[in-house]
Amino acid sequence: MDRSRIRRTILAAAVALLPFATPGVAQERFITVASTTSTVNSGLFEAILPAFTEETGIGVRVVSQGTGQALETGRRGDADVVFVHSRPAEEQFVAEGYGVARIPVMYNDFVVVGPQADPAGIAGGSDSVAALAAIAQARALFASRGDDSGTHQAEKRLWEAAGVSPEGSWYRETGSGMGTTLNIAAEMPAYALTDRGTWLSFENKADLEILVEGDRRLFNQYGVILVSPERHPHVKADDARAFIDWLVSPEGQGAIAGYTIGGEQLFFPNADEPGA
Amino acid sequence: MSDSAFAAAFGLVLARDPALVEIVVLSLRVTLSAVVIACAIGLPLGAGLALARFPGRGAVIVLVNALMGLPPVVAGLVLYIVLSRSGPLGDLGLLFTPTAMILAQAVLILPIVTALTRQTVEDLWEEYREQLISLGSSRGRAIPTLLWDARFSLTTAVLAGFGRASAEVGAVLIVGGNIAGYTRTMTTAIALETSRGDLALALGLGIVLLAITLALNAGAYGSAQLGARLAGRGADA
Repeated sequence: MDRSRIRRTILAAAVALLPFATPGVAQERFITVASTTSTVNSGLFEAILPAFTEETGIGVRVVSQGTGQALETGRRGDADVVFVHSRPAEEQFVAEGYGVARIPVMYNDFVVVGPQADPAGIAGGSDSVAALAAIAQARALFASRGDDSGTHQAEKRLWEAAGVSPEGSWYRETGSGMGTTLNIAAEMPAYALTDRGTWLSFENKADLEILVEGDRRLFNQYGVILVSPERHPHVKADDARAFIDWLVSPEGQGAIAGYTIGGEQLFFPNADEPGA
Repeated sequence: MSDSAFAAAFGLVLARDPALVEIVVLSLRVTLSAVVIACAIGLPLGAGLALARFPGRGAVIVLVNALMGLPPVVAGLVLYIVLSRSGPLGDLGLLFTPTAMILAQAVLILPIVTALTRQTVEDLWEEYREQLISLGSSRGRAIPTLLWDARFSLTTAVLAGFGRASAEVGAVLIVGGNIAGYTRTMTTAIALETSRGDLALALGLGIVLLAITLALNAGAYGSAQLGARLAGRGADA
């Protein structure tokens, strides 16, 4: 056996593979934002973030999770900013000392979608609670996120208002994100509660359509929270504050209002609305 | 559906979409780095395990073989907890970076490379044992010799590791976070497009990934064949 040849081969292989083992060039100044599938899947961040990064030189790395998981990511200190939609959970996050303050940014709304055949006969209504009660009454298939996301929490509040504890073979918990749940609902077909942004950008609607909309209880408020630098000293508080300030500035609010799909506006800025 | 997927795949390749190029480069960088790390540890470890005799060796072999079935999502979750700011290695700030993804995939494929190397080298050792011992080679000294002689068989172990790493989505999704332009790989992009309901684009990305895997395997097979032929000729001369 030729040892020098072995050594040469190993050296050549190592040199050839070296470029892959070295870290790539990435933007040095960045913050990490834990947000929800609805903001990422709808394409909102792709549309508005370049303007912020260009203006400030701060890159924004968005991790898309359900609201429950995003808040947990913030609790563990793995994000600088949490941008989610479930006010009670957000306020609890701040009260526990993990976040500095909850600041309202924008809203969109939930809609109830379902098959055109509409076995529970809810089409055209605007009373979401009555619609869910009718679905439960008819034992028509309903696909739930079942993942403690903001949408799932909103859905649970609606069931509670309808006086129904959803269980049985008609109630299917997917344990997945909004898009995956819509894929499943389209296949069953089943009713589902979805945010309008994900629905508008979703491309596999099949037989599904919006059946109930316009209910004030379907209002879906988004809030942004700076993760507490006291609790997690490594949080990039200055750059994260710059991002939050930009989101609620006229410029950021304008960028949010300007994002449309097929001419339809997805998110409505309301940072200036008291109590939102 | 499948027509539009192929159209999407060709469209992606023809357009040389910079975002796609970035995703492909990152996927290869992460997976190949993981393969290099897993081989640097797994090849000597597997060969050592093949030759060493110690109490509990059988249990170790069973454990390594069983870890070939380590679920990616479990590997990802364990690494997530370790690398999280609230975890033991939190100060390194590695969560949601390509480095974390490399570590996750290396953990996943290390047992595969180790187990397959152990089997290959052990078989070879049985074959050459008398010869090597008569030449005065100790078991420890025999390791590099055996690895070198088994190099063409061992490409299969390396390719099995590569295949596992390039195909998995569970671990990189958890520790990488699927951040656009930073930790988004082929598999996490496919998962994202599926959840956006753009099934044609998702399948198109899948076709591109399969084509890359095929090309890499063809390259590995071709060079192993060529190497074997050259090595054979060298021995004749």
